Amino acid sequence: MRNSFINAVEGQAERDSDIMFLTADLGFQMIESFAKRFPRQFLNVGIAEANMVGVAAGMALMGKLPICYTIATFMTMRTYEQVRNDVCLHEANVKIVGVGGGFGYSMYGPTHHPLEDMAIMRTLPEMVILSPIDPNQTAAAARAMLKHNGPVYLRLGKKGEPAIYTKEPRFQIGQGAVLKEGGDIAIISTGPITYEALKAAEILHQDGIELCVVALPTVKPLDVVLLDEIGRKIPYILTLEEGTIMGGFGSAIASYYLERGIHLKGFYRLGTPDRFVKRIGSADYLRGQFGLDGAGIARTASDMVSNRR
Amino acid sequence: MKISQRSQLPLKRGSLPQSAPLKNLPEVATQIRRDILEISYRARTGHVGSAFSIVDILVALYNGFLRFPLERPDHPDRDRFLLSKGHAVLALYVALAHRGFFRKEKLNEFVQDGSELAGHPEIQCVPGVEISSGSLGHGLSLGAGMAFAARLDKRPTRAVVLLSDGECNEGSIWEAIHFAGHHKLANLTAIVDYNKSQALGPTKDVLDLEPFADKWQSFGWAVAQVDGHDHQKMTALFKTLPLEKDKPTVIIAHTVMGKGVSFMEGDWTWHYHTPTEQHLNKGLEELNA
Repeated sequence: MRNSFINAVEGQAERDSDIMFLTADLGFQMIESFAKRFPRQFLNVGIAEANMVGVAAGMALMGKLPICYTIATFMTMRTYEQVRNDVCLHEANVKIVGVGGGFGYSMYGPTHHPLEDMAIMRTLPEMVILSPIDPNQTAAAARAMLKHNGPVYLRLGKKGEPAIYTKEPRFQIGQGAVLKEGGDIAIISTGPITYEALKAAEILHQDGIELCVVALPTVKPLDVVLLDEIGRKIPYILTLEEGTIMGGFGSAIASYYLERGIHLKGFYRLGTPDRFVKRIGSADYLRGQFGLDGAGIARTASDMVSNRR
Repeated sequence: MKISQRSQLPLKRGSLPQSAPLKNLPEVATQIRRDILEISYRARTGHVGSAFSIVDILVALYNGFLRFPLERPDHPDRDRFLLSKGHAVLALYVALAHRGFFRKEKLNEFVQDGSELAGHPEIQCVPGVEISSGSLGHGLSLGAGMAFAARLDKRPTRAVVLLSDGECNEGSIWEAIHFAGHHKLANLTAIVDYNKSQALGPTKDVLDLEPFADKWQSFGWAVAQVDGHDHQKMTALFKTLPLEKDKPTVIIAHTVMGKGVSFMEGDWTWHYHTPTEQHLNKGLEELNA
């Protein structure tokens, strides 16, 4: 995903000399080509994330289009007040890009697990949150992000995410898509973990349960038209995110359905629980631990439709 | 007002006119202090001592140094003045009104219900307010970003950031100092309002900044120290900026908390006090003398 992202940004930087790529000393074997091609548009600010965001906001107030890049934990948590005050409060045209969302850096331990980032970015006025589901969509999302005039948080996985789209899809901020139809239960997912939802759909199909897979690559603003359609049509809904269920993507959808008066037979948020992940492993291992892999999702879905959950 | 939008930048960038110097600086400074005292008394707000502390710095900055076409306050190449110590904003509002950025009657709206003039400034709430500040430790990074962008695009803009001394406790300030020194941002000037006071005590007791000048110098900055109440000396010093052609400049302005009114001078508790009617009368009496 990070390679599709940087390739898309590189393409845009060629057309727009105001694009500035700022990194807090991160991006080994990724940013080299950009840095070499556009030395005037590349700036490694050093390991000082708070200053990076302030500098970017200052640049934006001078008409530049800065992108801030580092691991999603440091990008959103170390800098939270800079993102709030310097970027959002100023309505500054700054793009906040966090890499390794969820378990992208699974083996590196809890300091490198961005699980709370969507929850905290969601609370900021002016902020748009993008969480593309695969490398092809990432390229389109990166371009949409640069076209949008205002703060955006782009949550990336890391590398090697499987392709869901065979080519770059059309991307519009705030628009989701149904990836697979199904009438028994729906799963609304964001980010590259959506691939696991598709795997679950296959497993469930064998058991005669049709899972509708909905992808929302924009976490804020939500695609409420699509949510209404799904909620009115399908009685059971799961949400799926590679992050904490405390206040994140699933919470946003739960609040929306409750306030909208859409009554479901069952609703459940799949994500990480309210605790730190202390026994680490590969991303696949951790997804399995929290029931976020295809088999785990299928289990929860099956329990739901048979009223066992 | 969203003047950060790129679409609003004109294609042709004209040269910036010099701003006219002020006449009778001590009288202007006294008028500003009178207004600050009266407004904060009526509004029942604190931070009077912090505002008085920077009045003379503002007078010197707007005495022909900062370049801003009044008829075009959103001129993209204007100098950017950033009040990082946002709690002293009343001094800036009053100074801007005196300088003609907006009509003085607007000052009556200060912190009133529905007003744009908050106790900490919000970007472009009135022309001349370049950033939203109030949380300390943000302004120098913003200024560094502006200076970096201006230099990259060969624009004449200079960024001037006014910091408080207590604010330099914040780690983010030192990140910005480090960054600006490394990148030799000669179009960036920091002014520290060194009144040696912070919210709960003298700076030397809370978290001593000394050797302050040496710290800046070791981070690659050119350092000047000046009496932050001497208009002539500051005006002369500003004319020599940047002090070195490949370094950002810091001006450590030695000031007195609450300068201009005897019962506030040097008393750090005037960071918080709200003036009473007695304070108002006594203060105005001294300022009118």
